[in-house]
Amino acid sequence: MSLSPPSALPAEFIAPDLPELVEPRRKRGRLARFIIRHPTIFAGLVLIGLMLLIALFAPFLGTTDPTALAPARRLRPPSMQYWFGTDMLGRDIYSRVIYGTRVSLIVGFAVAFLAAITGLAIGLVAGFVRWSDAIIMRVMDGLMSIPPILLAIALIALTRGSVQNVVIAITISEIPRVARLIRGVVLGLRELPFIEAAIACGTRTPKLILRHVLPNTLAPLAVQATYICASAMITEAILSFIGAGTPPTIPSWGNIMAEGRALWQIKPSIVFFPAIFLSATVLGVNLLGDGLRDALDPRRALRP
Amino acid sequence: MAEIPLLEINRLKKHFPIRGGLMGGITAEVRAVDDLSFTIARGETLSLVGESGSGKSTVGRTILGLTAPSAGEIWLDGTRIDQLSRRRMRALRQRMQIIFQDPFSSLDPRFSVRESLAEPLDNFGLARGAARAARIHELLDQVQLPHAAADRRPHEFSGGQRQRIAIARALAPRPDLIICDEAVSALDVSVKAQIINLLADIQRNLGLAMLFISHDLAIVEHLTHRIAVMYLGEIVEIGTREAVFAGPRHPYTEALLSAVPMPDPGARHRRIVLSGDIPSPRNPPPGCRFHTRCPYAFDRCRSEAPKLRGPNHHQAACHLDRLPGSA
Repeated sequence: MSLSPPSALPAEFIAPDLPELVEPRRKRGRLARFIIRHPTIFAGLVLIGLMLLIALFAPFLGTTDPTALAPARRLRPPSMQYWFGTDMLGRDIYSRVIYGTRVSLIVGFAVAFLAAITGLAIGLVAGFVRWSDAIIMRVMDGLMSIPPILLAIALIALTRGSVQNVVIAITISEIPRVARLIRGVVLGLRELPFIEAAIACGTRTPKLILRHVLPNTLAPLAVQATYICASAMITEAILSFIGAGTPPTIPSWGNIMAEGRALWQIKPSIVFFPAIFLSATVLGVNLLGDGLRDALDPRRALRP
Repeated sequence: MAEIPLLEINRLKKHFPIRGGLMGGITAEVRAVDDLSFTIARGETLSLVGESGSGKSTVGRTILGLTAPSAGEIWLDGTRIDQLSRRRMRALRQRMQIIFQDPFSSLDPRFSVRESLAEPLDNFGLARGAARAARIHELLDQVQLPHAAADRRPHEFSGGQRQRIAIARALAPRPDLIICDEAVSALDVSVKAQIINLLADIQRNLGLAMLFISHDLAIVEHLTHRIAVMYLGEIVEIGTREAVFAGPRHPYTEALLSAVPMPDPGARHRRIVLSGDIPSPRNPPPGCRFHTRCPYAFDRCRSEAPKLRGPNHHQAACHLDRLPGSA
């Protein structure tokens, strides 16, 4: 578009129209714009979505009974019939890996959700009720001083191995991290004038927490939850690998790897496939977490 | 028999403990506010002026009950409020509101203007439904913002506009007293003037009492009835605006006034530059707290703390009856 020239000026004083240097912005769909702005979130969501679909539709993905023994066909290499081969008991590794997705996702999501909710509650109390802070945080420090794997092993040793107990054990070892994070965020928020302004205009404490403090903790909480999800899946695999996790009757990636360990040198494929799935899932969750962290950080976020 | 003042501060002290050492014991104290007394009448503006670190913001926060005083009394309209239960204090908050310095952090970024303004109305059950909507429009009119602003969020506004929103929120529960804690210090000069005029108009129209906390005497001159000058947690001079500006009776006030720019370039102007920083309130100097920086200090100042003295409309805490520099 050119401006209409003022009539009083002779033609030589009027600048000629400039060529379009910048190409007009192409209109893209919302999805395309989202992918360009947040490629890591997108990649993470695709990987997690893929794993979710696999877990949901495990019986329809050409799988057989993952626990069916067939000693005659043991230790077959990957082939058209057994895509990932068979293990030392003749079980189809492909079916076992696909069904194992369920265990990993359930453990990952359940631990992330439970640890986030419990840690949020504990962190809010510690941040708001000053006298409880020292007590709560010392307990949390105590829990954190024990390596999470050891703590989980100890807790599993007290009960029986089941997916439920694995979830509880890992959750307990992850709670202190969340509580610490939320307490820090709350202590920071408490000093902000808008919190004092809300107190000054008569907002009661429950409403203050619910409407002013809680919404401002959700962004860091969501990011932390993704990291917990990833670390819970790894911890589950480790626990199963050392025999302190999911019972061997349930196929989980850790169990498959544990059983393949002894045959690692002659049949690496037994360990290889569940490891690939575990890595891909953890990568997806971590990508989502990194993307969320960048997208929710007000210093990095583009102004809306 | 004098009328009961709206706000009466009586020998208020606020000491912050400094914890340290192995057992976390109290090793020292910061005397942020030390033995402060003043009153504010209905519809009156009192300005609390002083350098940063003089304790003026602490006074505002203590009055509102955001921090508990260490000693002393705070009376609001004949009721002692410094020892009230949380519940009774909450009910009284309706009568006192605050405007903070930084309009970028005093509004919840997730709240629309309507939600921010509705919060005090809901909290005190003042208006609901159509009455609430009407009240919000009325408040926006009072701070000269368009009604369309109600559905926007703070980040869509400039600093001056945000401060108008904060003022509207403070006005919402129809308070008797508004505390402005450096309410215009973070704003540009031109915006500052607009907000000051707005505050002065509102104060006049609604008959509010105001405690205007500021480090800038030039600003205070335009909207205050009385001035209290604070130094290291104490009031060193208090009086009517006319009296203080015409003839300061404390060397600190004199130095502050000499820093106010004069619009007349030809005027004879003696600038008093204080050397050094304000001493630490952790370990205030003995005697007169100002003697380390006072140009007129003599022996008595180093040993004996002066008390506020003089006629009611103009008191100062100085051993000198007349400052040597004044004409």
